[in-house]
Amino acid sequence: MFRNQYDTDITTYSPQGRVHQIEYAMEAVKQGSAVVGLRAKDYVVLATLKRSTSELASNQRKLFEIDSHVGVAISGLTADARVLTRFMRTECHNHKFVYETSMPVSHLVLTIADKCQVSTQRASKRPFGVGLLVAGYDATGAHLYQTCPSGNYFEYKAFAIGARSQSAKTYLERHFETFEELDLKDLCRHAILALQETVSSSKDTELTTKNTAIAFVGKNQSWKIVEDDDVEPFLTVLDVEDDDEDDAVAPESSAPVEMDQS
Amino acid sequence: MDPLLRPGHCAPCMPSALGAPQADVFDRMDVRAAAGAFGAAPVAGAGGALQASFSPYQDNGGTVVAVAGKDFCVVASDTRFGLGYSIPARKVSRNVVLTDQVVLATAGMQADTSTLHKVMRTRLRMYQQNHNKPMSLTSVAQMLANTLYYKRFFPYYTFNVLGGIDEAGEGFAYGYDAIGSHEKVKVVCTGSAQSLIQPVLDNQVDGKQLQMGADPPPALSLEQTVDLVKDCFSSAGEREIYTGDFVEICKITKTGVEIELFELKQD
Repeated sequence: MFRNQYDTDITTYSPQGRVHQIEYAMEAVKQGSAVVGLRAKDYVVLATLKRSTSELASNQRKLFEIDSHVGVAISGLTADARVLTRFMRTECHNHKFVYETSMPVSHLVLTIADKCQVSTQRASKRPFGVGLLVAGYDATGAHLYQTCPSGNYFEYKAFAIGARSQSAKTYLERHFETFEELDLKDLCRHAILALQETVSSSKDTELTTKNTAIAFVGKNQSWKIVEDDDVEPFLTVLDVEDDDEDDAVAPESSAPVEMDQS
Repeated sequence: MDPLLRPGHCAPCMPSALGAPQADVFDRMDVRAAAGAFGAAPVAGAGGALQASFSPYQDNGGTVVAVAGKDFCVVASDTRFGLGYSIPARKVSRNVVLTDQVVLATAGMQADTSTLHKVMRTRLRMYQQNHNKPMSLTSVAQMLANTLYYKRFFPYYTFNVLGGIDEAGEGFAYGYDAIGSHEKVKVVCTGSAQSLIQPVLDNQVDGKQLQMGADPPPALSLEQTVDLVKDCFSSAGEREIYTGDFVEICKITKTGVEIELFELKQD
Protein backbone atom coordinates (compact mmCIF):
# COMPACT_ATOMS: atom_id res chain seq x y z
CA MET A 1 0.00 0.00 0.00
CA PHE A 2 1.32 3.41 -0.88
CA ARG A 3 1.08 6.76 0.82
CA ASN A 4 -2.09 8.69 -0.08
CA GLN A 5 -3.34 12.18 0.23
CA TYR A 6 -6.47 12.47 2.41
CA ASP A 7 -5.17 9.77 4.74
CA THR A 8 -4.07 11.82 7.73
CA ASP A 9 -7.42 11.89 9.45
CA ILE A 10 -10.02 9.22 10.11
CA THR A 11 -12.67 11.87 9.57
CA THR A 12 -11.53 12.69 6.04
CA TYR A 13 -12.86 10.94 2.96
CA SER A 14 -10.74 10.66 -0.16
CA PRO A 15 -12.28 11.86 -3.44
CA GLN A 16 -12.73 8.19 -4.38
CA GLY A 17 -15.02 7.77 -1.34
CA ARG A 18 -12.54 5.83 0.78
CA VAL A 19 -11.40 6.43 4.32
CA HIS A 20 -7.75 5.49 4.16
CA GLN A 21 -7.17 5.33 7.89
CA ILE A 22 -9.66 2.47 8.14
CA GLU A 23 -7.84 0.64 5.38
CA TYR A 24 -4.53 1.19 7.15
CA ALA A 25 -6.10 -0.30 10.29
CA MET A 26 -7.01 -3.37 8.26
CA GLU A 27 -3.36 -3.61 7.22
CA ALA A 28 -2.49 -4.10 10.88
CA VAL A 29 -4.60 -7.25 10.87
CA LYS A 30 -2.64 -8.57 7.90
CA GLN A 31 0.58 -8.16 9.87
CA GLY A 32 -0.49 -10.60 12.54
CA SER A 33 0.37 -14.29 12.15
CA ALA A 34 -2.11 -16.57 10.46
CA VAL A 35 -5.39 -17.74 11.89
CA VAL A 36 -7.62 -20.28 10.13
CA GLY A 37 -11.26 -21.11 10.82
CA LEU A 38 -13.60 -23.75 9.42
CA ARG A 39 -17.16 -24.72 10.10
CA ALA A 40 -19.15 -27.95 9.83
CA LYS A 41 -22.80 -28.49 10.65
CA ASP A 42 -22.13 -29.11 14.36
CA TYR A 43 -18.59 -27.88 14.99
CA VAL A 44 -16.28 -24.95 14.37
CA VAL A 45 -12.50 -25.22 14.53
CA LEU A 46 -9.90 -22.45 14.78
CA ALA A 47 -6.21 -23.12 14.18
CA THR A 48 -3.58 -20.48 14.96
CA LEU A 49 0.11 -19.93 14.50
CA LYS A 50 1.68 -18.50 17.62
CA ARG A 51 4.54 -16.16 16.89
CA SER A 52 7.30 -15.48 19.38
CA THR A 53 9.51 -12.40 19.36
CA SER A 54 12.62 -14.26 20.40
CA GLU A 55 13.91 -17.57 21.71
CA LEU A 56 13.59 -16.23 25.22
CA ALA A 57 9.95 -15.24 24.86
CA SER A 58 6.90 -17.44 25.09
CA ASN A 59 4.70 -17.74 22.05
CA GLN A 60 1.92 -15.18 21.97
CA ARG A 61 -1.47 -16.76 22.57
CA LYS A 62 -4.10 -16.02 19.95
CA LEU A 63 -7.09 -18.03 21.16
CA PHE A 64 -9.42 -16.78 23.86
CA GLU A 65 -12.51 -18.17 25.47
CA ILE A 66 -15.44 -15.78 25.55
CA ASP A 67 -18.05 -18.12 26.99
CA SER A 68 -18.49 -21.87 27.06
CA HIS A 69 -20.12 -21.73 23.62
CA VAL A 70 -17.99 -19.02 21.94
CA GLY A 71 -14.30 -18.35 21.44
CA VAL A 72 -12.14 -16.14 19.26
CA ALA A 73 -8.83 -16.15 17.45
CA ILE A 74 -7.14 -12.78 17.00
CA SER A 75 -4.82 -11.23 14.46
CA GLY A 76 -3.33 -7.77 14.81
CA LEU A 77 -2.72 -5.53 17.81
CA THR A 78 -2.83 -7.82 20.83
CA ALA A 79 -3.65 -5.03 23.25
CA ASP A 80 -6.70 -4.04 21.23
CA ALA A 81 -7.71 -7.69 21.14
CA ARG A 82 -7.58 -7.85 24.91
CA VAL A 83 -9.98 -4.93 25.21
CA LEU A 84 -12.39 -6.51 22.73
CA THR A 85 -12.32 -9.95 24.36
CA ARG A 86 -12.95 -8.41 27.76
CA PHE A 87 -15.90 -6.54 26.29
CA MET A 88 -17.25 -9.72 24.68
CA ARG A 89 -17.01 -11.63 27.94
CA THR A 90 -18.89 -8.93 29.80
CA GLU A 91 -21.60 -8.93 27.14
CA CYS A 92 -21.99 -12.70 27.43
CA HIS A 93 -22.11 -12.58 31.24
CA ASN A 94 -24.75 -9.87 31.18
CA HIS A 95 -26.84 -11.73 28.63
CA LYS A 96 -26.71 -14.91 30.66
CA PHE A 97 -27.64 -13.05 33.84
CA VAL A 98 -30.61 -11.27 32.29
CA TYR A 99 -31.93 -13.99 29.95
CA GLU A 100 -30.63 -17.24 31.50
CA THR A 101 -29.43 -18.42 28.08
CA SER A 102 -26.19 -18.27 26.14
CA MET A 103 -25.81 -15.23 23.94
CA PRO A 104 -26.54 -15.90 20.27
CA VAL A 105 -23.27 -15.64 18.34
CA SER A 106 -24.66 -13.36 15.66
CA HIS A 107 -25.80 -10.85 18.26
CA LEU A 108 -22.43 -10.93 20.00
CA VAL A 109 -20.60 -10.26 16.74
CA LEU A 110 -22.95 -7.41 16.00
CA THR A 111 -22.07 -5.71 19.29
CA ILE A 112 -18.35 -5.99 18.48
CA ALA A 113 -18.88 -4.60 15.02
CA ASP A 114 -20.81 -1.65 16.43
CA LYS A 115 -18.07 -1.03 18.96
CA CYS A 116 -15.43 -1.07 16.22
CA GLN A 117 -17.47 1.30 14.09
CA VAL A 118 -17.63 3.91 16.83
CA SER A 119 -13.90 4.46 16.69
CA THR A 120 -14.00 4.96 12.92
CA GLN A 121 -16.20 8.01 13.23
CA ARG A 122 -14.52 10.07 15.94
CA ALA A 123 -11.65 12.43 15.34
CA SER A 124 -10.33 11.69 18.80
CA LYS A 125 -10.10 7.92 18.37
CA ARG A 126 -8.28 5.43 16.21
CA PRO A 127 -9.81 2.21 14.90
CA PHE A 128 -9.20 -1.11 16.68
CA GLY A 129 -6.23 -2.70 14.94
CA VAL A 130 -7.39 -6.27 15.33
CA GLY A 131 -9.45 -8.74 13.34
CA LEU A 132 -11.25 -11.61 15.02
CA LEU A 133 -12.41 -14.98 13.85
CA VAL A 134 -15.35 -15.73 16.13
CA ALA A 135 -16.31 -19.40 16.50
CA GLY A 136 -19.50 -20.28 18.28
CA TYR A 137 -22.34 -22.77 18.63
CA ASP A 138 -25.82 -21.65 19.60
CA ALA A 139 -29.43 -22.65 19.06
CA THR A 140 -29.13 -21.97 15.33
CA GLY A 141 -26.08 -24.19 14.93
CA ALA A 142 -22.38 -23.68 14.36
CA HIS A 143 -21.11 -20.29 13.18
CA LEU A 144 -17.87 -18.72 12.06
CA TYR A 145 -17.64 -14.95 11.76
CA GLN A 146 -14.91 -12.51 10.82
CA THR A 147 -14.80 -9.00 12.28
CA CYS A 148 -12.85 -6.08 10.88
CA PRO A 149 -11.45 -2.81 12.25
CA SER A 150 -13.87 -1.12 9.85
CA GLY A 151 -16.87 -2.37 11.84
CA ASN A 152 -17.91 -4.83 9.15
CA TYR A 153 -18.52 -8.45 9.90
CA PHE A 154 -19.06 -11.46 7.69
CA GLU A 155 -20.13 -15.04 8.21
CA TYR A 156 -18.05 -17.73 6.59
CA LYS A 157 -17.95 -21.46 6.07
CA ALA A 158 -14.17 -21.24 6.17
CA PHE A 159 -11.76 -18.35 6.29
CA ALA A 160 -8.25 -17.25 7.21
CA ILE A 161 -6.73 -13.92 8.25
CA GLY A 162 -3.23 -12.70 9.01
CA ALA A 163 0.11 -13.08 7.28
CA ARG A 164 0.15 -15.40 4.25
CA SER A 165 -3.49 -16.25 4.86
CA GLN A 166 -4.13 -16.30 1.10
CA SER A 167 -2.37 -19.66 0.90
CA ALA A 168 -4.67 -21.06 3.56
CA LYS A 169 -7.71 -19.60 1.81
CA THR A 170 -6.69 -21.30 -1.41
CA TYR A 171 -6.57 -24.64 0.40
CA LEU A 172 -9.96 -23.95 1.99
CA GLU A 173 -11.54 -22.97 -1.32
CA ARG A 174 -10.53 -26.36 -2.70
CA HIS A 175 -12.05 -28.33 0.18
CA PHE A 176 -14.78 -26.29 1.85
CA GLU A 177 -17.66 -28.03 0.09
CA THR A 178 -16.89 -31.21 2.00
CA PHE A 179 -16.79 -29.58 5.45
CA GLU A 180 -20.52 -29.58 6.24
CA GLU A 181 -20.80 -33.26 7.19
CA LEU A 182 -17.36 -33.74 8.71
CA ASP A 183 -16.83 -34.82 12.28
CA LEU A 184 -14.58 -32.93 14.64
CA LYS A 185 -11.48 -35.01 13.97
CA ASP A 186 -11.58 -34.51 10.21
CA LEU A 187 -12.37 -30.85 10.59
CA CYS A 188 -9.27 -30.40 12.77
CA ARG A 189 -7.25 -32.26 10.17
CA HIS A 190 -8.25 -29.76 7.49
CA ALA A 191 -7.56 -26.88 9.86
CA ILE A 192 -4.01 -28.02 10.47
CA LEU A 193 -3.37 -28.65 6.78
CA ALA A 194 -4.73 -25.21 5.92
CA LEU A 195 -2.60 -23.60 8.60
CA GLN A 196 0.45 -25.37 7.31
CA GLU A 197 0.01 -23.64 3.96
CA THR A 198 0.83 -20.37 5.69
CA VAL A 199 4.22 -21.48 6.93
CA SER A 200 5.58 -22.98 3.77
CA SER A 201 7.53 -19.97 2.65
CA SER A 202 8.44 -18.19 5.86
CA LYS A 203 11.03 -18.47 8.55
CA ASP A 204 8.76 -20.74 10.65
CA THR A 205 9.52 -23.82 8.66
CA GLU A 206 6.97 -26.11 10.22
CA LEU A 207 4.11 -26.42 12.67
CA THR A 208 5.28 -27.57 16.10
CA THR A 209 3.67 -28.00 19.49
CA LYS A 210 5.22 -24.69 20.48
CA ASN A 211 3.86 -22.52 17.71
CA THR A 212 0.50 -24.17 16.99
CA ALA A 213 -2.72 -23.94 18.94
CA ILE A 214 -6.09 -25.27 17.93
CA ALA A 215 -9.53 -24.75 19.46
CA PHE A 216 -13.02 -26.03 18.77
CA VAL A 217 -16.59 -25.69 19.92
CA GLY A 218 -19.84 -27.30 18.90
CA LYS A 219 -22.72 -29.56 19.75
CA ASN A 220 -22.13 -31.05 23.21
CA GLN A 221 -18.64 -29.62 23.05
CA SER A 222 -17.74 -26.60 25.13
CA TRP A 223 -15.05 -24.27 23.88
CA LYS A 224 -11.75 -26.01 24.30
CA ILE A 225 -8.22 -24.84 23.50
CA VAL A 226 -5.56 -27.42 22.73
CA GLU A 227 -1.96 -26.27 22.86
CA ASP A 228 1.57 -27.25 23.82
CA ASP A 229 2.10 -30.99 24.07
CA ASP A 230 -1.61 -31.73 23.72
CA VAL A 231 -1.43 -30.52 20.11
CA GLU A 232 0.90 -33.37 19.17
CA PRO A 233 -1.84 -35.85 18.12
CA PHE A 234 -3.36 -33.19 15.85
CA LEU A 235 -0.04 -32.55 14.12
CA THR A 236 0.40 -36.17 13.07
CA VAL A 237 -1.75 -35.47 9.99
CA LEU A 238 1.20 -33.55 8.64
CA ASP A 239 3.31 -36.69 8.53
CA VAL A 240 1.08 -38.09 5.82
CA GLU A 241 2.31 -36.75 2.49
CA ASP A 242 -0.46 -35.05 0.58
CA ASP A 243 0.54 -35.04 -3.10
CA ASP A 244 -2.26 -33.00 -4.58
CA GLU A 245 -1.42 -29.91 -2.55
CA ASP A 246 -0.37 -27.30 -5.10
CA ASP A 247 1.77 -24.71 -3.48
CA ALA A 248 -0.20 -21.82 -4.93
CA VAL A 249 1.55 -19.30 -2.78
CA ALA A 250 0.76 -15.62 -3.28
CA PRO A 251 2.85 -14.03 -0.58
CA GLU A 252 1.51 -10.79 0.81
CA SER A 253 3.70 -8.03 2.11
CA SER A 254 5.70 -9.62 4.86
CA ALA A 255 7.15 -6.52 6.44
CA PRO A 256 9.00 -7.30 9.66
CA VAL A 257 6.79 -7.19 12.72
CA GLU A 258 7.63 -4.04 14.67
CA MET A 259 4.67 -3.35 16.90
CA ASP A 260 3.13 -5.59 19.54
CA GLN A 261 1.32 -7.70 17.07
CA SER A 262 0.78 -11.37 16.72
CA MET B 1 -39.43 -9.23 59.04
CA ASP B 2 -35.97 -8.74 60.38
CA PRO B 3 -33.43 -10.60 58.29
CA LEU B 4 -30.87 -10.24 61.03
CA LEU B 5 -32.96 -12.48 63.22
CA ARG B 6 -33.22 -16.15 62.56
CA PRO B 7 -35.64 -17.08 59.81
CA GLY B 8 -39.21 -17.62 60.85
CA HIS B 9 -38.64 -15.76 64.07
CA CYS B 10 -40.15 -12.30 64.38
CA ALA B 11 -39.28 -10.03 67.21
CA PRO B 12 -41.54 -10.95 70.15
CA CYS B 13 -44.82 -9.06 69.86
CA MET B 14 -48.40 -9.17 71.00
CA PRO B 15 -49.89 -12.47 69.81
CA SER B 16 -52.51 -12.02 67.13
CA ALA B 17 -52.21 -8.28 67.49
CA LEU B 18 -52.29 -8.03 63.75
CA GLY B 19 -54.50 -10.99 62.84
CA ALA B 20 -53.06 -13.62 60.50
CA PRO B 21 -49.27 -13.62 60.16
CA GLN B 22 -48.07 -11.13 57.59
CA ALA B 23 -46.64 -13.54 55.08
CA ASP B 24 -46.69 -11.88 51.70
CA VAL B 25 -44.90 -8.81 50.41
CA PHE B 26 -48.22 -7.00 50.30
CA ASP B 27 -50.50 -7.69 53.22
CA ARG B 28 -53.43 -6.13 54.90
CA MET B 29 -53.89 -5.70 58.58
CA ASP B 30 -57.20 -5.05 60.18
CA VAL B 31 -56.65 -1.90 62.18
CA ARG B 32 -59.82 -2.38 64.20
CA ALA B 33 -58.73 -5.79 65.47
CA ALA B 34 -55.38 -4.35 66.43
CA ALA B 35 -57.02 -1.63 68.47
CA GLY B 36 -59.13 -4.25 70.30
CA ALA B 37 -56.14 -6.35 71.31
CA PHE B 38 -54.54 -3.50 73.11
CA GLY B 39 -57.45 -3.33 75.46
CA ALA B 40 -59.02 -0.19 74.07
CA ALA B 41 -62.67 -0.47 73.17
CA PRO B 42 -63.08 -0.77 69.43
CA VAL B 43 -64.37 2.39 67.89
CA ALA B 44 -67.96 1.61 67.00
CA GLY B 45 -68.90 1.88 63.34
CA ALA B 46 -66.00 4.16 62.50
CA GLY B 47 -64.17 3.02 59.41
CA GLY B 48 -62.63 -0.28 60.50
CA ALA B 49 -60.32 0.36 57.60
CA LEU B 50 -57.90 -2.16 56.18
CA GLN B 51 -54.40 -0.80 55.92
CA ALA B 52 -52.13 -2.10 53.27
CA SER B 53 -48.48 -2.39 54.10
CA PHE B 54 -45.48 -3.26 52.02
CA SER B 55 -42.45 -5.18 53.09
CA PRO B 56 -39.67 -5.96 50.65
CA TYR B 57 -39.12 -9.31 52.35
CA GLN B 58 -40.94 -12.60 52.46
CA ASP B 59 -40.01 -15.76 54.34
CA ASN B 60 -40.30 -18.80 52.09
CA GLY B 61 -38.94 -21.18 54.71
CA GLY B 62 -36.72 -24.11 53.89
CA THR B 63 -33.81 -25.69 55.64
CA VAL B 64 -30.25 -26.18 54.42
CA VAL B 65 -27.53 -28.37 55.84
CA ALA B 66 -23.86 -28.96 55.12
CA VAL B 67 -21.87 -31.78 56.72
CA ALA B 68 -18.20 -32.16 55.85
CA GLY B 69 -16.14 -35.31 56.14
CA LYS B 70 -12.47 -36.06 55.70
CA ASP B 71 -12.46 -35.88 51.91
CA PHE B 72 -16.07 -35.17 51.02
CA CYS B 73 -18.91 -32.83 51.83
CA VAL B 74 -22.68 -33.31 51.78
CA VAL B 75 -24.84 -30.24 51.14
CA ALA B 76 -28.57 -30.79 51.36
CA SER B 77 -31.65 -28.62 51.27
CA ASP B 78 -35.37 -29.23 51.22
CA THR B 79 -37.33 -28.06 48.22
CA ARG B 80 -40.53 -26.72 49.76
CA PHE B 81 -41.46 -23.14 48.88
CA GLY B 82 -43.72 -21.99 51.71
CA LEU B 83 -45.67 -18.77 52.23
CA GLY B 84 -47.50 -18.32 55.52
CA TYR B 85 -49.54 -21.50 55.93
CA SER B 86 -49.56 -22.26 52.19
CA ILE B 87 -47.27 -24.13 49.84
CA PRO B 88 -46.96 -22.37 46.49
CA ALA B 89 -44.43 -24.90 45.17
CA ARG B 90 -43.01 -28.26 46.23
CA LYS B 91 -39.92 -28.65 44.09
CA VAL B 92 -37.88 -25.47 44.14
CA SER B 93 -34.13 -25.89 44.16
CA ARG B 94 -32.16 -24.12 46.87
CA ASN B 95 -28.76 -25.44 45.78
CA VAL B 96 -26.37 -24.12 43.19
CA VAL B 97 -23.30 -26.04 42.07
CA LEU B 98 -20.68 -23.30 41.75
CA THR B 99 -17.68 -25.46 40.81
CA ASP B 100 -17.31 -29.19 40.84
CA GLN B 101 -15.90 -28.87 44.35
CA VAL B 102 -18.20 -26.22 45.85
CA VAL B 103 -21.96 -26.08 46.41
CA LEU B 104 -23.97 -23.20 47.85
CA ALA B 105 -27.33 -23.81 49.52
CA THR B 106 -29.61 -20.98 50.61
CA ALA B 107 -32.78 -20.71 52.69
CA GLY B 108 -34.93 -17.66 53.31
CA MET B 109 -36.57 -15.57 50.62
CA GLN B 110 -36.60 -17.37 47.29
CA ALA B 111 -36.35 -14.20 45.14
CA ASP B 112 -33.18 -13.14 46.93
CA THR B 113 -31.91 -16.72 46.84
CA SER B 114 -32.16 -17.02 43.06
CA THR B 115 -30.66 -13.57 42.52
CA LEU B 116 -27.81 -14.29 44.91
CA HIS B 117 -27.15 -17.58 43.12
CA LYS B 118 -27.10 -15.85 39.74
CA VAL B 119 -24.71 -13.20 41.01
CA MET B 120 -22.41 -15.84 42.49
CA ARG B 121 -22.45 -17.94 39.32
CA THR B 122 -21.63 -14.93 37.16
CA ARG B 123 -18.79 -13.82 39.40
CA LEU B 124 -17.34 -17.32 39.49
CA ARG B 125 -17.44 -17.52 35.70
CA MET B 126 -15.56 -14.21 35.52
CA TYR B 127 -12.99 -15.47 38.01
CA GLN B 128 -12.46 -18.64 35.98
CA GLN B 129 -11.89 -16.64 32.80
CA ASN B 130 -9.51 -14.15 34.41
CA HIS B 131 -7.50 -16.62 36.47
CA ASN B 132 -7.65 -19.68 34.23
CA LYS B 133 -8.67 -21.89 37.12
CA PRO B 134 -11.84 -22.59 39.11
CA MET B 135 -12.30 -20.71 42.36
CA SER B 136 -11.19 -22.48 45.53
CA LEU B 137 -13.57 -23.12 48.44
CA THR B 138 -11.83 -20.56 50.65
CA SER B 139 -12.08 -17.89 47.98
CA VAL B 140 -15.76 -18.61 47.29
CA ALA B 141 -16.43 -18.42 51.02
CA GLN B 142 -14.87 -14.98 51.27
CA MET B 143 -16.50 -13.73 48.10
CA LEU B 144 -19.94 -14.79 49.32
CA ALA B 145 -19.35 -12.90 52.55
CA ASN B 146 -18.30 -9.82 50.60
CA THR B 147 -21.31 -10.09 48.31
CA LEU B 148 -23.64 -10.28 51.30
CA TYR B 149 -22.01 -7.42 53.21
CA TYR B 150 -22.11 -5.28 50.11
CA LYS B 151 -25.86 -5.11 50.75
CA ARG B 152 -25.44 -4.42 54.45
CA PHE B 153 -28.18 -1.79 54.48
CA PHE B 154 -30.70 -3.66 52.33
CA PRO B 155 -29.69 -7.26 52.87
CA TYR B 156 -30.39 -10.34 50.84
CA TYR B 157 -32.91 -12.18 53.00
CA THR B 158 -30.85 -15.32 52.70
CA PHE B 159 -29.41 -17.86 55.10
CA ASN B 160 -26.57 -19.62 53.40
CA VAL B 161 -24.40 -22.63 53.85
CA LEU B 162 -21.44 -23.31 51.63
CA GLY B 163 -19.91 -26.78 51.42
CA GLY B 164 -17.07 -28.26 49.45
CA ILE B 165 -13.55 -29.55 49.31
CA ASP B 166 -10.64 -27.19 49.86
CA GLU B 167 -7.39 -27.12 47.92
CA ALA B 168 -5.82 -29.67 50.25
CA GLY B 169 -8.59 -32.15 49.51
CA GLU B 170 -10.33 -31.88 52.88
CA GLY B 171 -14.07 -31.31 53.24
CA PHE B 172 -15.33 -28.14 54.94
CA ALA B 173 -18.54 -26.19 55.41
CA TYR B 174 -19.28 -22.53 56.08
CA GLY B 175 -22.36 -21.06 57.76
CA TYR B 176 -23.50 -17.48 57.10
CA ASP B 177 -25.91 -14.95 58.42
CA ALA B 178 -27.81 -12.54 56.17
CA ILE B 179 -25.04 -9.95 56.05
CA GLY B 180 -22.03 -12.16 55.57
CA SER B 181 -20.79 -13.11 59.00
CA HIS B 182 -19.35 -16.57 58.43
CA GLU B 183 -17.54 -19.37 60.17
CA LYS B 184 -15.64 -22.36 58.85
CA VAL B 185 -17.00 -25.52 60.45
CA LYS B 186 -17.53 -29.20 59.85
CA VAL B 187 -21.30 -29.17 60.30
CA VAL B 188 -23.83 -26.41 59.92
CA CYS B 189 -27.57 -26.07 59.47
CA THR B 190 -29.64 -22.96 58.86
CA GLY B 191 -33.18 -22.17 57.84
CA SER B 192 -36.54 -22.87 59.40
CA ALA B 193 -35.54 -26.17 61.05
CA GLN B 194 -32.18 -24.93 62.27
CA SER B 195 -33.09 -25.24 65.94
CA LEU B 196 -34.19 -28.85 65.41
CA ILE B 197 -31.28 -30.12 63.31
CA GLN B 198 -28.20 -28.19 64.42
CA PRO B 199 -28.09 -29.69 67.93
CA VAL B 200 -28.40 -33.20 66.50
CA LEU B 201 -25.52 -32.64 64.10
CA ASP B 202 -23.40 -31.07 66.85
CA ASN B 203 -23.86 -34.17 68.93
CA GLN B 204 -23.76 -36.93 66.30
CA VAL B 205 -20.92 -35.60 64.12
CA ASP B 206 -18.97 -33.17 66.28
CA GLY B 207 -19.33 -35.14 69.50
CA LYS B 208 -20.55 -32.18 71.52
CA GLN B 209 -22.60 -32.43 74.69
CA LEU B 210 -21.86 -36.11 75.22
CA GLN B 211 -22.42 -37.81 78.54
CA MET B 212 -19.37 -38.15 80.79
CA GLY B 213 -17.29 -41.13 79.72
CA ALA B 214 -19.03 -41.61 76.41
CA ASP B 215 -16.89 -42.30 73.36
CA PRO B 216 -16.72 -39.60 70.72
CA PRO B 217 -18.56 -40.58 67.56
CA PRO B 218 -16.48 -42.25 64.84
CA ALA B 219 -15.75 -40.40 61.63
CA LEU B 220 -18.60 -41.02 59.24
CA SER B 221 -18.26 -42.23 55.67
CA LEU B 222 -20.04 -40.52 52.80
CA GLU B 223 -22.92 -43.02 52.83
CA GLN B 224 -23.34 -42.75 56.61
CA THR B 225 -23.35 -38.95 56.38
CA VAL B 226 -26.01 -39.04 53.69
CA ASP B 227 -28.13 -41.37 55.84
CA LEU B 228 -27.75 -39.05 58.83
CA VAL B 229 -28.78 -36.04 56.75
CA LYS B 230 -31.81 -37.94 55.44
CA ASP B 231 -32.82 -38.83 58.99
CA CYS B 232 -32.44 -35.20 60.07
CA PHE B 233 -34.67 -33.95 57.28
CA SER B 234 -37.25 -36.66 57.81
CA SER B 235 -37.42 -35.80 61.51
CA ALA B 236 -37.53 -32.07 60.91
CA GLY B 237 -40.24 -32.54 58.30
CA GLU B 238 -42.43 -34.23 60.90
CA ARG B 239 -42.26 -31.35 63.33
CA GLU B 240 -41.79 -28.24 61.25
CA ILE B 241 -44.27 -26.98 58.67
CA TYR B 242 -41.85 -25.26 56.31
CA THR B 243 -39.70 -28.34 55.75
CA GLY B 244 -40.87 -31.20 53.57
CA ASP B 245 -41.66 -32.46 50.03
CA PHE B 246 -38.16 -33.34 48.76
CA VAL B 247 -34.53 -33.03 49.81
CA GLU B 248 -31.90 -32.28 47.19
CA ILE B 249 -28.67 -33.84 48.40
CA CYS B 250 -25.35 -32.86 46.79
CA LYS B 251 -22.48 -35.22 47.46
CA ILE B 252 -19.17 -33.52 46.76
CA THR B 253 -16.07 -35.63 46.33
CA LYS B 254 -12.82 -35.10 44.48
CA THR B 255 -14.43 -36.49 41.34
CA GLY B 256 -17.20 -33.91 41.36
CA VAL B 257 -20.77 -33.39 42.52
CA GLU B 258 -23.46 -36.06 42.49
CA ILE B 259 -27.05 -35.05 43.20
CA GLU B 260 -29.69 -37.27 44.77
CA LEU B 261 -33.36 -36.41 45.29
CA PHE B 262 -34.87 -37.83 48.48
CA GLU B 263 -38.63 -37.84 49.05
CA LEU B 264 -40.23 -36.50 52.21
CA LYS B 265 -43.83 -36.31 53.29
CA GLN B 266 -45.93 -33.73 51.56
CA ASP B 267 -47.98 -32.70 54.57
